[in-house]
This record gives sequence, C-alpha cells and structure tokens, in this order.
Amino acid sequence: MNKKAGWQHFQHIADIGIKGFGSSVEMAFTQAAMAMTAVITEPELVDNNICIDIVCDSTDLEYLFVDWLNALVYEMATRHMLFSQFDIQIRDGHLKAKVCGERIDREKHQPAVEIKGATLTELRVQKDKEGDWLAQCVIDV
Amino acid sequence: MPAVIYADESLIKSMDDKVREQICNVAMLPGIVEAAYAMPDAHWGYGFPIGGVAAFNAEDGGIISAGGVGFDISCGVRCLHTGLTKDDIEPFKKRLVDQLYRDIPAGLGSTGRIHLTHSGMNAMLKGGARWAVEQGFGDEIDLERIEEQGCMKGAEPKYVSEQAKKRQLNEMGTLGSGNHYLEVQHVSAIYDDLAAERFGLKQGDVVVSIHCGSRGLGHQIGTEFLKEMAIAAPRFGIDLPDRELACAPIKSDLGQAYLGAMRAGVNCALANRQIITDLTRQAFAHVLPNADLRLLYDVSHNTCKIEQHEVNGVKRQLYVHRKGATRAYGPGHPDIPAVFRDVGQPVIIGGSMGTSSYILAGTKESELRAFSSACHGAGRAMSRNQAKKRWHGRELIKQLEEQQGILIRSQSMRGVAEEAPGSYKDVSAVVDSADQSGLAKKVARLEPLVCIKG
Repeated sequence: MNKKAGWQHFQHIADIGIKGFGSSVEMAFTQAAMAMTAVITEPELVDNNICIDIVCDSTDLEYLFVDWLNALVYEMATRHMLFSQFDIQIRDGHLKAKVCGERIDREKHQPAVEIKGATLTELRVQKDKEGDWLAQCVIDV
Repeated sequence: MPAVIYADESLIKSMDDKVREQICNVAMLPGIVEAAYAMPDAHWGYGFPIGGVAAFNAEDGGIISAGGVGFDISCGVRCLHTGLTKDDIEPFKKRLVDQLYRDIPAGLGSTGRIHLTHSGMNAMLKGGARWAVEQGFGDEIDLERIEEQGCMKGAEPKYVSEQAKKRQLNEMGTLGSGNHYLEVQHVSAIYDDLAAERFGLKQGDVVVSIHCGSRGLGHQIGTEFLKEMAIAAPRFGIDLPDRELACAPIKSDLGQAYLGAMRAGVNCALANRQIITDLTRQAFAHVLPNADLRLLYDVSHNTCKIEQHEVNGVKRQLYVHRKGATRAYGPGHPDIPAVFRDVGQPVIIGGSMGTSSYILAGTKESELRAFSSACHGAGRAMSRNQAKKRWHGRELIKQLEEQQGILIRSQSMRGVAEEAPGSYKDVSAVVDSADQSGLAKKVARLEPLVCIKG
C-alpha cells in the first residue's frame, strides 16, 4: 500500500476500521470513502454512471470526517447506491463533494454487509511530520 | 463505581482488553448506580462494550447514552413456535428455505413491500408492533408475548429527524444484513422441564428465530445523537474518557429528546419484527399449511428502559442501558406475561448459522447480579477481515449442508464468509457462564435447520 495515497482496513472485533492516506486532507477523506465502499464490495466493480453532490459543515476536522462518511452512508441507504469516485473540496470547515457510483446490483456487487454508521471509535484525522494526512475511524456494520 | 465482568476463566482470558477499558469507563459516568456490568459475551464496542449493562439515576445527575444503546436500537430476537416437529419439516426443508428466501427481504439493497407515508411513519413510531397488528400484520395475541406489550411508551416521533424517517420509508419488514438472520431451528435439548413446559417447548419441536432491529431509522438516530451528545458533553460538565461514551443528563432537553427518539426507534424495531413474522407465517402457509406460528417471546438487546430495581433495600426508578444484553426478569415480575410468570422471562440467545441458539429464563438471582440482565449471543471472536480470509461463503454453505444438514440462503457469499460460525465465540460456553453465574438459567438448546442470512 502506498502511504502517499491509499486506504486500508484495520481490525475491530465486531466491526471494521477504515483508514485513508494522502498528501492532502481531501485525499485522505477520498481514500477513506473508498475503504468504506470496500467494506461492502470490491470498489472496481462499481461503475460511475450516477453523480450526486454532498455538502457537510464542521469546524472540527474529525467531526467533519465522520459527517462525510455518514453523509455517504445516508446516500447509499436512501438511493440504494454504491460509490467509487469522490471529488472533494474542503475550505474553512465546509466540505463540498461530487461523488459518483451506481445503483446496487446484488448479483454484480455481492454486497457483504450494510453499513449502519461511522462511529467516533478510533477516530483520527491528522497530519504527520512529512505532511501526509491520515483519516480513520471504525464503522458499525 | 466498580466494574464487574461475568464470565468463566477461559472467556475472560479471550476477551479483548478493550472490554476492561470500556466497562471501567462506563463505571465512571455520572449518576451510575451500583456498578457497570459486562456479560459473558462482551466484546469491544463503541464507548460501552457490547454486552454492557449500566443503570443510572436521573435524580442523582444520571445520564442517558446513545453509545450505551447502540446504532441498531432495539435490535433483538423473537422466537415463534411452529406446531411442527423436526420430522415434519425434514422432507420440506428445501422448499421452505427457498420460499422464505423469496418472501423475506434480506441483505443490502433489499426493500420491503410497505411504503410508509409521513403520517403512517409517525403512527408506526408511536405504535410499534401494535401499529403493525392494526395494519393487519399478525394478531392481537402476539402483543402479549412482546416486551412492553409491543409498544414502547413515551416515543416522540418529533425528535426523529426527517433523514432518519427517509431512511426507513422502504425498509419496513426487512431483515438487514451482517449478523441478522431468520432461522428455522429444532429443540435439541431441554434443561429445565418446568420452564420449557411454560414456554411451550418440547424436544424435537421446530421454532423460528428472527434476529433484526430498527433498520436505517435506528442507525440514523444513533448517528445523529451520538455526535450531538459528544459535542454537548462539555456544556453539561461531563468529562468523557472516550468520545464514544457520548451522553447527556437524563433531565436535560437533549437527554429527553434522545429518549423520545430512541423509544420511537424501539417501536420501529418491534414493528419490523412483527411484519417479518407475518411474512414468515405466509411463507410457511405455502409450504406447510398445518404450521401454526405462535409467538413464544420477543426480546430486545440494545435498549435503555426505565425500570424499578432495589438498591440497598430501596426501590429506585433507574434508566437501565443494555448494549448487547437481554433483560432477564426473574419469576414473579409483573412485566412478564402471566403464562411465564412463575418461571421467569424467556431470554433468547442467538447463534450464528451453524451453531446452537439457546432459550434461557430470568432468575431471582439475576436481579442481584446485573439489574436482571443476561448475555445476548455468542459475541465475535474474530474480525470480519480475518473471517473473510479464512472461509469462502460457497464452500461454507456446502459444508454446513453436507455435514450438519443446514440449508443456508444469502445474497452474498462474502457476507456468509464474514459471518462464519467459527468467527464467533463458543455460544455454549457463553450460555454456561450466564447459567452458572446466575444471570439466567438454561431452558432449551436450539439447532439450526435452515437459515436466511441478511
């Protein structure tokens, strides 16, 4: 895994932890969103033929990260969609994103599990000494 | 206050350190009464361990915690008699599992056949299973066999956000995914003749167990209040050792709003299980017209309820949080249906596809142990990622059919692998610990025949 831009899952006994890395906070948020899709299905199986806009606001970056993930959970649940492309901008606690994906196809995507919500457990959004960003938390499935 | 873990030596040794850390954190919350308790199936949760029990006194600055209830509000298990025996079912097992799989919406992306209007949603959130019965899903008699008689009082739909309601519009009567399931099981052992007789269970009887909760609505309520409580905690002078312990004083506006919304979530779960019961009855009627699916009992294991408990010889009204723990009222408790009252409340412990489930009964001792609470299931021993690497869904289904005769249907082979029976703790050891520590007593063991996996 390239630490400059990538995602990982980490262990949680009942659920699953997701981590996104990148050279910017936007990249870390993007990669974490990809990690969340990967909890449900293989992201490469998800086409990008429907795009929607997402907006979140929080002055605290960690809460903004949880809000971002929960906004995706909400859109997945109410639109019956999966997402695999994320274009995010964050300015002064305001997150604006265009996210693309497709409607869930149970045969094609073989969705393993439904995500109930992003939690505050192991929640971290931070920049390391090299200037790389990490965004992570545990999601309840 | 102290933190107490009920488990045998081997379960305690295998418990992750987070259980100890989390239950100690819970024991430090404002207004906690007596102690924080971890059940034998406890594992790392969100703020509270899963398998955590704690009671709070509103008059003493006590709190209510969204994390202490969990995202899947009122997730629980209901068990139905079928009036059939294992021998009756065996020749029809394949037809039955296919019919159930067709009729019960399960897994991510499934939707129910009911589409609620705004006023219908609010009526459901106020009425719970009683609303579902009024809509034609099941019978009045079912309500006697549900905690709170199927309707949690004090629900306030006005505190449930429009987002939460929107998430639920098409999800009534759906199982969900993850560890949720519908199983047809047979009674493979009886441990307590009198309690089994009162519960209507005999060796060889076939029952149906349904494990699910409040679906998207509950998840959204949990998500929203968790964050709101975490942000508000400093305003209430609450110093949280872990943000996930997010809570608010019971007597605050936020605490009261959460209570109203959470109770609406409880009703959503009760209505959901009632609708699935109706679908199950219809599926059985197609394949086995002689089946008579009567409710044994419905228990919730993610809740906060106001209950009377004796503390230092004085009856107190407490807000009892059970996160992954089942209420286990002992004999004589007035809230138990009259038919069981002399033997204690049925406590339903779910298994995991290939493993046993158990029916226990609440005990008098349980009141003294952990505010009349017991475990709720096996509890995971291995993460989903580890399970996915170790098992393959298709092979597991084949193996369970060939070796144990269990028929499984699921939309997701990866989901089956992640829920492999081997990724859970030994449910029998968990139940033995509950029995030996006096939390509840064993009544019957159930073995799966067919399973619809969410």
